[in-house]
This record gives sequence, C-alpha cells and structure tokens, in this order.
Amino acid sequence: MKRTSLAVAGLLAASIALTACGSSSTGAAAGSATTGPIKIWYSNNAQEVTWGKQVVSAWNTAHPDQTVTAQEVPAGKSSEEVIGAAITAGTEPCLIYNTSPAAVPQFQKQGGLVDLNSFADGASYVEARTGDLAKQYQSSDGHFYQMPWKSNPVMIFFNKKVFAKAGISTTAPPLSTYADFLTTSEKIVSSGAAKYAIYPAPSSEFYQSWFDFYPLYAAQTGGKQLVVDNKSTFSTADGQAVATFWQSLYTKKLAGTETYNGDSFAAGVAAMAVVGPWAIANYKGKVDWGVVPVPTEKGMTAAQTHTFSDAKNVAMYASCQNRGTAWDFLKFSTSQAQDSQLLTLTGQMPLRKDLSTAFAAYFTANPDYKLFADQAARTVEVPNVANSVQIWQTFRDAWSSSVIFGKSDPKTALPGAATKIDSLAGQS
Amino acid sequence: MTTPVIKRAAAPPRRPDRQGDGADKARHDRLLVRIFGRQPIGIALAAPYAVFIGAIFAFPLGFAVYMSFHDYFFTAPGVNVPHPFVGLTNYKTALSDPDVLNSFVHVGVFLIINVPLTVVLSLGLAAALNQAIIGRTFFRVAYYVPYVTASVAVVGVWLFLFNSDGFINTLLGPLAPSPSWLVNSFWAMPTIAIFVTWKQLGFFILLYLAALQNVPKELYESAATDGAGKWKSFTAVTIPGVRPATGLVVLLAIVTGANLFTEPYLLTSGGGPDKASTSPVLLMYQKGIQQGNPDVASAIGVVLVIVVLIIALIGRRFTEGEK
Repeated sequence: MKRTSLAVAGLLAASIALTACGSSSTGAAAGSATTGPIKIWYSNNAQEVTWGKQVVSAWNTAHPDQTVTAQEVPAGKSSEEVIGAAITAGTEPCLIYNTSPAAVPQFQKQGGLVDLNSFADGASYVEARTGDLAKQYQSSDGHFYQMPWKSNPVMIFFNKKVFAKAGISTTAPPLSTYADFLTTSEKIVSSGAAKYAIYPAPSSEFYQSWFDFYPLYAAQTGGKQLVVDNKSTFSTADGQAVATFWQSLYTKKLAGTETYNGDSFAAGVAAMAVVGPWAIANYKGKVDWGVVPVPTEKGMTAAQTHTFSDAKNVAMYASCQNRGTAWDFLKFSTSQAQDSQLLTLTGQMPLRKDLSTAFAAYFTANPDYKLFADQAARTVEVPNVANSVQIWQTFRDAWSSSVIFGKSDPKTALPGAATKIDSLAGQS
Repeated sequence: MTTPVIKRAAAPPRRPDRQGDGADKARHDRLLVRIFGRQPIGIALAAPYAVFIGAIFAFPLGFAVYMSFHDYFFTAPGVNVPHPFVGLTNYKTALSDPDVLNSFVHVGVFLIINVPLTVVLSLGLAAALNQAIIGRTFFRVAYYVPYVTASVAVVGVWLFLFNSDGFINTLLGPLAPSPSWLVNSFWAMPTIAIFVTWKQLGFFILLYLAALQNVPKELYESAATDGAGKWKSFTAVTIPGVRPATGLVVLLAIVTGANLFTEPYLLTSGGGPDKASTSPVLLMYQKGIQQGNPDVASAIGVVLVIVVLIIALIGRRFTEGEK
C-alpha cells in the first residue's frame, strides 16, 4: 500500500512538472504575407460539401503553387468541440468554413484565431462585403476574428397539407401575432391534423434557445441582442411576453416536451418548424411547405420583422503558416462569383449587403428563397462577449425549468438568469 | 649514539573479512531485489504496460489535479498565459453550485438502483444459464448483445419504448406516469438506471458464469445429502462460492455507474428534464469542453474520484466481509 502511494505521488509530481514545462513553450508567429499550400475544413452538410469541392478545385486550377487541401470537419459531438480540441493540439487547418459566432470569443481567448485586421485590407474587405451587419461580428477590441460568411434567417415553416386538413388558410395563415399563432395551433392539434403544432427541441443544449426564444425575441424587440454592453436585455416586458407565449404552447400541449428522434416537421408530427433555408433540401419531396416570419405580440409586417441569423462564418486559425494564401483564398471563396455558387448549391444566404440585388436573377427564378433574402438584412447574431457559451447555457437552464417544464415561474427564473449572465458578461 | 631506526614493517594486507563481505553482498543483493524484485526481467516485461498506465491514466489524473488548483484554460500551442495557483477556489466554485451537488445526488440514486439490481439479476441469470437448460447458448448471446452494442444505437429503441405513446405506456394504460418516464423529473434517473442495468447485464453475467465454474460440485452434492433444496443450495453454496466475483461486479458497477455520461446525454437530452438526470461527468463535459472552464471541471472530477474510492471501499468491505 505504502509502495503504491509512493508510486502515485511520484507520478503526480512528474506529471505536474511536465505540465509546467509544457505550458511555457512558445511558437513562431507566421507572417501575413507568407504563401504556400494550406488546409481548410468545411461542414459535412451535403450541399456545402459540393460547394466546397468546386471552390477548392477552381482555386487549385488557378494557383498550382498554393494548393488548398479540403476536408469535412472531423466527426465529433459538435464542430465547436472538435475545433476547440484542434486549437489546443495545434492541428487545426488554416480556415474553417463552419465557425459558430458563439464559439469565437472562446477560440479567441484560447489564442486560436488570427486577427483579420492584421491584413492590410482585412477590416475594409469584411465591411465592404457585409455592410452594417458586420458590426455584430466584431470582437470587444473592435477587430474581426471571423469573416461573416452566410446566414440562415430563421422563420416559421408550415406544412400546407396539415394546415389544409385543419381548415386553415395555406396562402395567408394567421400566424403573425401570439394570439393568432396560439389559435391556429389549437386548431391544428384539436383537429388531429398533427400531434403538435410546433416542436422545437426541448433539450437543454446551450444552443437550443436559438430556435425557440431568440428569433421571437429578436422580432419582438426590433433586433435586440441577448446581451448589450455586457448587460442582459431579456429581463423585460418583451422577454416575458416571448416566454409567456412559449409557455402557453407547452402548457396546452401544442408543443412537445419529449425529445423527438428525427425531424418532427419532416415526419408530419409537427405542423410547423422554426428553421432557416438550409433545411429546404431536407424537406424536398417530403413536405409541401410554406414560410412566414416569426410572430410578435402585436404582429408586424415581414419587412419590419427581425430574426436570428443562424450564421456560420469563416475564421483563420493560429497554427496557419501560409497566411497570405489563406487570406487570398478567403477572399476568393467569398467573392461574388463564389457567393453565387453558395446560394445556388446550398440555398443559404451569403452575408452580403447587396444580397437581393447581386443575385436578383436567382431570387426571381426561386421565389421561395426571396423571403429569406429579405429577412437576411434584419438578422440578429448571438452577442460576441466573453463566456458566450456559459451565458447561453445559463439562459437555457432557466428557460427549460420555467417555460418548457413549468417547474418555476418565468417571472422569477428569467430575472435570476439575467443576474448571472450580467456577471458572466462582465468577466474578461 | 644513533638511534636505531626501527623499520616498521609494512602493514600486512588486510585479511579478507569474509563475514563482512558476505554481509555487504547480502545487503547489496537485498537492495537489488528491493529495487528490481526477485525477477528483474519482470520489470522489462511489465514496462510497456506501466508506460501505458502512466501516459494514459496517471498523467491525465495528475494534470487534472494540477488544473483543479490553478486558473486554467486550454490554449493554442505557443500561447503563454499565466495559470496562477488559486488554492481551493475551483473546488469552492464547483461545490457551491447547486447543479453540481444535485448531479452527485442523481448519480447516488442511480447507484442505489443500478448496483443491487445488477448483482441480483446477473447472479440469478448466470445461475440459471449455468444449468442445462434448452437454448442456453441463445440466451447467453442474447444477454451479451446489448453490452456490445453502442448506446447510441439502442437509445433510439428505448426512446420509442418509454415515450408518452410508447410500448411501456400502452401496456400500463392509466397507470403510466404523466409526464412520461424520460421527461418526468422523478422517473428519469430510475429509467436511466434500468437502461444501464439492462445494457451491461451480459458482461456481468459472463463474470458470474466464469465464477460459477469454480464452485466445487462436491459442495452441491454435500448440501443435497444434507437435505438442502435448490434455494438453500443457492444461498449456502452458490452465493458464498462467487463472493470474490460479487466484489468485482460491485466495484465495476460502482465505477462505471459513477462515470455515467452517454445515457443522460442521449436518453434525456443532456440531463433533462430540467437537469433532473445530470451526472457529474456530464457537467464536467459541459463546463470543461463546452464552456471552456476545465479548471472547475477538473475540481468536480477530483471530487468524483474521491467519492468513488470511498464508495468502492465501502462496497468492498460489504461484499468481502471482515477478511
């Protein structure tokens, strides 16, 4: 026993000593003009893979001395965890075309991101392409550590067949106010047209609030973020109105509280879904769908309604050596020509200020997507603040407890979460 | 007068002190034996595994202890940030968080259900499968299949069985709980405990089957001669005969149960409903990997290791008696 204790103590001491040595190493900074081969990762979404392959092929043909090697983000529980682990190990590629804005503050804290302002035309390129919306993607130091790439403005999809079965208009469904939405939902469920009116994931992952609370909160407040100037904004009448609306859906069993194994909307279990245009490809041949903006308490026109962006961006990662090539490829892949390819192949909205005009022909030919393009100009991003994930988890916990499962009152749960979030947002 | 010079005879070479040399050699040998053991080749043979243990288990454990006492977060290689010693701050943060304390309670509930159920069912089924029954091989394989199947694959089946319109609720009719099992704060953890018991049963049955082979047949014959029935033979011969295996089963069930992660992550969507089925490891994952606070997560991990060691020692004392 004594011998075992000594051995364990020795190993602990050795490992601590090794750890101390390991953390003091330094790495050489790469120059922003260095060129050469680079690696990139992109999403495993089938449409994005198609886009990724063609952009790499086009680049490599024109730049045989600066080849780009691409692969899908390695499998993991989430892209953010895979990228976070890769940053720690120094094995991340130069560019990742699937960087969640919510993860950027953490990656930045890890020292894993390249400041795009370090390129002579870095900030100006981002601002020229994205316009005013780019401000939401600036970090607290005013610099860009991510290139705003594409958004998926979240809207309400509805199943036309289910609505028709329930005797609800499929051309102008009454869904713009909370009262209308609840009445329509009750009709759907009581008629037996679908088991649930709507079925956002009731699970407790930090990001699930982006698909129930946040789009409606963005609409209700006219485009306010969850946190502004390091203070939470949702402990207000608007926040409570959104919470009360969802609470009614759950209390009246118009929304499901059990995890659904699959896509409840595609399976016809739910008549509506809160989702962006990326999902259209999934519904092809399964659902005859229509789309409307998210509801607000008193209703507003589509042209006034804000929503959550569900954006995915591109970031350059710290272990990249050939940053000159990486920056040139980043600009090439976000050029108007490549954005056109992105829109055509994936149906997702490039984060460009001239989206509607630059691709007017596409939207004329594909009117289903025009509403999303209009919404893309009024999207709200997750706040770019310290402890972003912890903030969203804190909010989700309070939301689950009070709104979904009715264990507490949203009138006390949300202010409680707001106090914790104020403290988290204020930390560096 | 000259003083005669008395030449001192040169000191004769010291006679070898055979007794002293022998003692030195014996001391030397004892030292070698102490360091390298009686069979030094054994060290060479064991070295690869020792290196494996050191690299895969001891180093991460040591690193976790280090992190738990420092302000630590993961950084990219070459990024130098200070990791100041913070004493027990991370432990205070962890242990003052009601979610962390509740997660230990949840895993306690899990162990109270899972461990006895595992022991009783696996021993009972192993004893049955040890008899010459029809379809014995089929049953042995059938019990083992869930163990070798990934949780991800079987969770879907359990979601189907235990959801509000599932098979179990259809069977129970008006007796079904509302809300249903996996979204019911009271039933979520017991349902997970039953799922894990079912899934791991095959492995523990195998352990007991191996142990049953070592129970001498003569003991059963003697018991029968003394008039013992089947139940008496089971309690007086089988249970004491497999006591070492029971100790192992209890220990393994406690250790794997305390490290519960996959099942609440998948079956109750991340420890729901309303965090009623969170486990310490699930919180470690959330805080350490998702939220970037590996220091607090490590503190939870160290506390968990200590708690598991205490429970395992109690379990060992309980199953092995006063040996």
